[in-house]
Amino acid sequence: MNIHEYQGKEVLKQYGVSVPEGRVAFTVDEAVKAAEELNSSVTVVKAQIHAGGRGKAGGVKIAKSVEEVRTYAGELLGKVLVTHQTGPEGKEVKRLLIEQGCDIKQEYYVGVVVDRATGRVVMMASEEGGTEIEEVAEKTPEKIFKEVIDPAVGLMPFQAKKLAYAINIPKSLVNKAAKFMISLYHAFIEKDCSIAEINPLVVTGDGNVMALDAKLNFDSNALFRHQDILELRDLAEEDEKEIQASEYDLSYIALDGNIGCMVNGAGLAMATMDIIKHYGGDPANFLDVGGGATTEKVTEAFKIILSDENVKGIFVNIFGGIMRCDVIANGVVEAAKQISLDRPLVVRLEGTNVEIGKRILNESGLNIVAADSMADGAQKIVSLVK
Amino acid sequence: MSILIDKNTKVITQGITGATGLFHTKGALDYGTQMVGGVTPGKGGTEVTIELENGESVSLPVFDTVMDAKKTTGATASVIYVPPAFAADSIMEAVDAEMDVVICITEGIPVLDMVKVSKYMEGKKSKLIGPNCPGVITPDECKIGIMPGYIHTAGHVGVVSRSGTLTYEAVHQLSTRGIGQSSAVGIGGDPVKGMEFTDVLKMFNEDPNTYAVIMIGEIGGTAEEEAAEWVKENMTKPVVGFIGGQTAPPGKRMGHAGAIISGGKGTAAEKIKVMEQCGIKVAPTPAEMGATLVSVLEEKGLLESCIVKK
Repeated sequence: MNIHEYQGKEVLKQYGVSVPEGRVAFTVDEAVKAAEELNSSVTVVKAQIHAGGRGKAGGVKIAKSVEEVRTYAGELLGKVLVTHQTGPEGKEVKRLLIEQGCDIKQEYYVGVVVDRATGRVVMMASEEGGTEIEEVAEKTPEKIFKEVIDPAVGLMPFQAKKLAYAINIPKSLVNKAAKFMISLYHAFIEKDCSIAEINPLVVTGDGNVMALDAKLNFDSNALFRHQDILELRDLAEEDEKEIQASEYDLSYIALDGNIGCMVNGAGLAMATMDIIKHYGGDPANFLDVGGGATTEKVTEAFKIILSDENVKGIFVNIFGGIMRCDVIANGVVEAAKQISLDRPLVVRLEGTNVEIGKRILNESGLNIVAADSMADGAQKIVSLVK
Repeated sequence: MSILIDKNTKVITQGITGATGLFHTKGALDYGTQMVGGVTPGKGGTEVTIELENGESVSLPVFDTVMDAKKTTGATASVIYVPPAFAADSIMEAVDAEMDVVICITEGIPVLDMVKVSKYMEGKKSKLIGPNCPGVITPDECKIGIMPGYIHTAGHVGVVSRSGTLTYEAVHQLSTRGIGQSSAVGIGGDPVKGMEFTDVLKMFNEDPNTYAVIMIGEIGGTAEEEAAEWVKENMTKPVVGFIGGQTAPPGKRMGHAGAIISGGKGTAAEKIKVMEQCGIKVAPTPAEMGATLVSVLEEKGLLESCIVKK
């Protein structure tokens, strides 16, 4: 789960990570009031959307007066920002972070992730702050330093200092930077983050080490133990259909094509998208109905798929294992009736009770095209939507 | 011969009194697995009675701890169907009791819990499969997990996969061609887990009953690339592969917590490239996993010996 920068900074502050003072604003008046309270010679107005690359897209403004804050806030609120992470449709700005400007001497990068190769949490740091870390990793990987953290003892001070020395933090500030990193690690562990990225980490003229930006992602499997984090979820930032799907325990991701997919199992769902593409079609979504596909779940899945206007046909690909094919066939028939399906439907069933399942589909009187295999089904749906 | 489990493996279920644990314990018994008991803390001393498909009825003892269960039953393998919030603890309990094989089916365990598990397992003797996996099956001998047993055929092709249903798809494609499997191992879709591709490939390489292997990967991480390098250097048996998610957009988690392309890493294209370079033939579509294996077996003159039924 993603949260906004201002929320991330609030979370980090609880763990002693220093961040510039700031306030969230939903309106121009709130922005002005926040600027007045901050009473700083330089105020930063930052668009809050769940995507990186805001600076380059014009989402971050430096104001030298309260009047300028008013102007910039007016410009940014309601504006659709298009960054390299939002896709071409962009995202509308509904919240601003009004923040005290600071005297930046140098920018760095610090990030914390779970490294799958070692099965450990790893802290990464680089002198190349402010730029895309992926770019640094690709062009100058020697400029990224890593410390693998032992979960039994956590990030040790010597490790944090090693990183601080490696990225050339001024000698007098190394202890402060190490403390910053250890606090960041604690926040990461205690809030079950999947990513914590500070880009840039800055050293200021008055000798502070602080997080100028903060990107926190949380492990959705761990949210059950973090009610406070769940409350920070901003539904406006998420795809409506993805939210609806998650309510029914369906895993759905919207894509650009015109063939709706309904599959059981994440791996088979991905593979189904692949095979549609292989035969010249374009999948409209990834959808995993999971192991316990009930009639209710299948009906909801159909509704979600069909609410996408681009969908010209649906391909159901089910390998019934524990889930029997007759149960799935009944679910498909029931759902298709309930929603009076108006677009071509190709169903490929395999697994337990497959013959009964196929008979149910054939005898339903519905316009369902049965497929014998994954390849057959993919070819059929591709030709039907053309 | 097979890997990890066979007809002599005695198995206990952790979480046996829960609906899922009970359901799949019955499935394992129906298949012929030697289920010898179960663990549910607080219910030690009781029994569960399970009605089998063949009309027989089996009673299994329930224990409070894995250690008790092991001492009394002589079990060497444990399968875990405990809810995600408690599953990491259950894995560590099974490892502490020195079970040879621990298979965790549970989906949705917090990744930092698995980081602790991975640290805890250092120097321990247990092999962990999963979490978030379908389990392991040695056809006609032992089924531990949630896979449909009847699609499998005993034989000589090893299957290892990060995805459940895609494993069934591969096994089905083999069985319908008369090609049997030595063992099929679902290693699971989580980023931090027990055995990786390489660990399982090593076992298949040493198993005289396995003549060839199918490995089914997906986007995310670099485990497939590492396994491919290992295959190139060490594997004496042919390996074919498939990678799911060739059309997945970056930054989106495709169901499995581990299936995400991030920071330009873990793409299907990169994995396929490395696998091909290392001599692993990769099926162009998921429908061609079986056909790809057949073509490689033919090339190596192994097809006849891999066909177990017409």
